[in-house]
Amino acid sequence: MSHGFKIASCTLPVLALVAGLAWGEDQAARSLAANCTSCHGPNGSSTGAIPSIAGLEKAYIATALQEFKAGTRQATVMHQHAKGYTDQEFDVLADYFSRQKRQ
Amino acid sequence: MSLSRRQFLKQLSLAAAGAAAASARSPVFAAAPRVVVVGGGFGGATAAKYIRLWAPDVHVTLVERNREFISCPLSNRVLADQMELIDLTRGYGALAGKYGIKVVYDEAVSIDPEKREVVLDGGDALPYDRLILSPGVDLLLDEIPGLRDSAARTRVLHAWKAGAQTAALRRQLEDMADGGVYALTVPKAPYRCPPGPYERACQVAWYFKTQKPKSKVLILDANDKVQSKEALFTKVWKEWYGGIVEYRPNSTLLDVDAKTLTAKLEFEDVKADVLNVVPPQRAAKIAADTGLITANNKWVGVDFLSYESVAKKNIHVLGDAIVAAPAMPKSGHMANQHAKVAAAAVAALLQGDAPNPDPVINNTCYSFVSDRQVIHVASVHRYDSEKKTMVVAQGASGVSAGPSELEGSYAESWARNIWADMLA
Repeated sequence: MSHGFKIASCTLPVLALVAGLAWGEDQAARSLAANCTSCHGPNGSSTGAIPSIAGLEKAYIATALQEFKAGTRQATVMHQHAKGYTDQEFDVLADYFSRQKRQ
Repeated sequence: MSLSRRQFLKQLSLAAAGAAAASARSPVFAAAPRVVVVGGGFGGATAAKYIRLWAPDVHVTLVERNREFISCPLSNRVLADQMELIDLTRGYGALAGKYGIKVVYDEAVSIDPEKREVVLDGGDALPYDRLILSPGVDLLLDEIPGLRDSAARTRVLHAWKAGAQTAALRRQLEDMADGGVYALTVPKAPYRCPPGPYERACQVAWYFKTQKPKSKVLILDANDKVQSKEALFTKVWKEWYGGIVEYRPNSTLLDVDAKTLTAKLEFEDVKADVLNVVPPQRAAKIAADTGLITANNKWVGVDFLSYESVAKKNIHVLGDAIVAAPAMPKSGHMANQHAKVAAAAVAALLQGDAPNPDPVINNTCYSFVSDRQVIHVASVHRYDSEKKTMVVAQGASGVSAGPSELEGSYAESWARNIWADMLA
């Protein structure tokens, strides 16, 4: 299921656009998403003031992350985190969390 | 080509081991891979849960000596009477009931890397295919001569592992008369939770400011400067706790007199009414006993792709016990992130695949500087295949603009969410 990505990634040996994507699409996505759950809760379902990200629209999540990175969206901490990920990784994260059920 | 007797025997034993492994993997006797996790803190509990999530056919046993998890993060708030220990306490029930992890309440006393076996205090031996060791730190109280006896240790507390000592330190602060001095010693870095001592100073200062305004907080730091969020802490001490907090760098603790509550430094003795010593630390003893220590006689070197020890095969080490990469703090959040990389790597390795070649992890540490106001430090760390370590991604680190109640609410939410990420 991940061969397409494996082959595609061979053409980009210098810069991996998505962390671990050469490794397998699903594993890479869930590992990347696991970065977010320390703060946003299991599968992106938060308790308390930190927003839940589970089940949000994919485009909304990706846009929010891009705006955090660009500094155009108000943030306390997300503008710092967002600078650590590529736009392609934002798409992987947005897709992953859009498919999670909010608990 | 001739073989020495020793080489011959070695090859013979390898062949025998290979035959044994092959028979163990034959369809008739196929057994699920076994992972043993030692230590149920931020690293170990998270690793146990995520291995079961990502490799449901793997048998996971978690060994933890305490019946309940008590969070160090937020525990400084107990000192200001803003939280109780019970608020910081969670059980291991969901790991057993929801994820099928065998939770064993016992102490791991030794590890045999060749036999691949963990021996418990109760006498049982747990065989493993891969071991995850998240042992935390040992507090080196014996390095302070005046703290070698147990009576001294009840008078001069560390409270650097949340629990009974945290509650006892709160009682000492309550019992102290207004006008007293609370002295807190900070060991040379690296130690568990770089901003922790400075947050603690703020919590005690807030308590004094509101309840005992003639009292002082004296920070005796072995380091030459504040180790985390320096500008923010320094500003808060000056603007909110002026006349209460005094910070003294380059103040290495050599000894204490527990009877008189005196901290003995290189050039002076400092007498306190409550003396709180955060002692020097190293990876827990079991890491040393297993031959895992590779740096400064204190810390465990790991491969950041898998967290496998660089000294012993099939043992993955997480959390505060490891040699951190540059700018990677010893924090619960980092341990939780290490654990998920290690869980993914162990799941892959057990089925013959390579670990993720490009892991990325992050950190967020919140510190309460009053009852409600909070500051943070955050960073994202990516694997650098040339340097073979984690490096901070360009631009992806920073601290709060200033203290805020909004971040106070985020800090409380962070705690509930990370506890759920590891235990619920």
